[in-house]
Amino acid sequence: MGGRDATMVLLDENGIRCDGRKVDEPRRIMIKAGGLKNADGSAYIEFGDNKILVGVFGPRDVHPKHMSDTDTGILRVRYHMEPFSVGERKNPAPSRREIEISKVIKEALEPAVMLEKFPRTAVDVFIEVLQADGGTRCAALSAASVALADAGIPMRDMVAACAAGKVADTVILDVNNEEDQAGQADMPIGYMPSLEKVTLLQLDGVLTPEEYKKCVEVGINGCKIVYDLQKKALNDKYFGNGEK
Amino acid sequence: MENKRKYVIPGDVVTSGPFRPEQNVILDGNKIISTTIGISEIYDDSVRVIPLTGKYIPKINDLVIGKVLSHTSLSWELDINSCYVGFLPAQDVFGRDFSAHADELTSKLKTGDLVAARIANFDRTRDPLVTISDRDLGKIDSGDLVKISPSKVPRLIGKRGTMIQTIEMATNAAITIGQNGWVVVSCESPEGLLKAKKAIQMVDEKAHVANLTDQVKEMLESKGES
Repeated sequence: MGGRDATMVLLDENGIRCDGRKVDEPRRIMIKAGGLKNADGSAYIEFGDNKILVGVFGPRDVHPKHMSDTDTGILRVRYHMEPFSVGERKNPAPSRREIEISKVIKEALEPAVMLEKFPRTAVDVFIEVLQADGGTRCAALSAASVALADAGIPMRDMVAACAAGKVADTVILDVNNEEDQAGQADMPIGYMPSLEKVTLLQLDGVLTPEEYKKCVEVGINGCKIVYDLQKKALNDKYFGNGEK
Repeated sequence: MENKRKYVIPGDVVTSGPFRPEQNVILDGNKIISTTIGISEIYDDSVRVIPLTGKYIPKINDLVIGKVLSHTSLSWELDINSCYVGFLPAQDVFGRDFSAHADELTSKLKTGDLVAARIANFDRTRDPLVTISDRDLGKIDSGDLVKISPSKVPRLIGKRGTMIQTIEMATNAAITIGQNGWVVVSCESPEGLLKAKKAIQMVDEKAHVANLTDQVKEMLESKGES
């Protein structure tokens, strides 16, 4: 990804970050539900400069058959970055990192999705990162839960995700690409706000126990901001022209 | 009951208190949370959400419209617009003296044929078993297939069938509604057919709008009599 700029100031003396945000300010977020005709459910998210499209299919027959589970449905997630999503062409073949993120997102969605209602079926989630700028896994997870809701798959709650981190010894909300590269810590959090449950928590970097607690708190606040936008996206699609 | 309806999405708290959770809601502590996008309804002591999206899940005794996908020497497989395929055994059509040697399945139903069928049995361990041996069931010879979202079928039928009656009366069409979202419309006059199809599509698009029956009526009555 982008090269490191040694002269860049991640946090100036006024508490303003390299892209002009305050420490507890997320990037501009836009979520749109629907948009793909052939998918059962879909969503598009712009999370700062991240642009991600998600399509959901299912519940549907499992192929290959041996993957199916007689007790429950299965969730399959593919996170994929387009070759043009980053500065230098990315090989379209799934990389180690993409396979890991697919797994992480799948496991973050599983507690929310009620797959036990559809035994012997599969729900497929396809995530295409069109443009990446740090924090794609959070943006992808947020968009994936909107797409799942759009597909009508029963969910206990929507999963909202946002990252927190540490740069220049300060806890910040929503880490961007520069802060991720040069910062001290990055902590993506997936959270179900209605149930108050965390479904994803990763940490790259070193934090003191106090900073850790602060980071979780800040991150969860970010998730709540994302959650409101997810709800708005679905409301706009389904009840946008309603009278009631 | 009308005043307690509201739009919900997954994770929304429908209500809290001593209510019985019914369709598409879960109980979390004393909060009742919706699991799908839809309209919540509170009846006496029970709470449910009528979904606005989602696939068809077979229920015993549902009337569905199916399309023959393929057959073996003993049964047909029907596409019933669900995540499961409908299983139609040959005995159901040929009677109990069916013989795999003597009877040819394609003589009754061929791939691509449409049938009106009823879900005879379904549980989570097996694919739905369907039957066509009942009156009003069986192969559909004429009519146009309209596909709508299965979650909007109750809206198309309306309260005690008011919506569908409105459409049928205004267009003189015969409409068979499958619970799986497939609808067969047949009508003597081409105008009536077009109008009925348009009305059905209108219900599909505007399912969440209040007093839709009046709007549909208005549309049917506009531009010329049928």
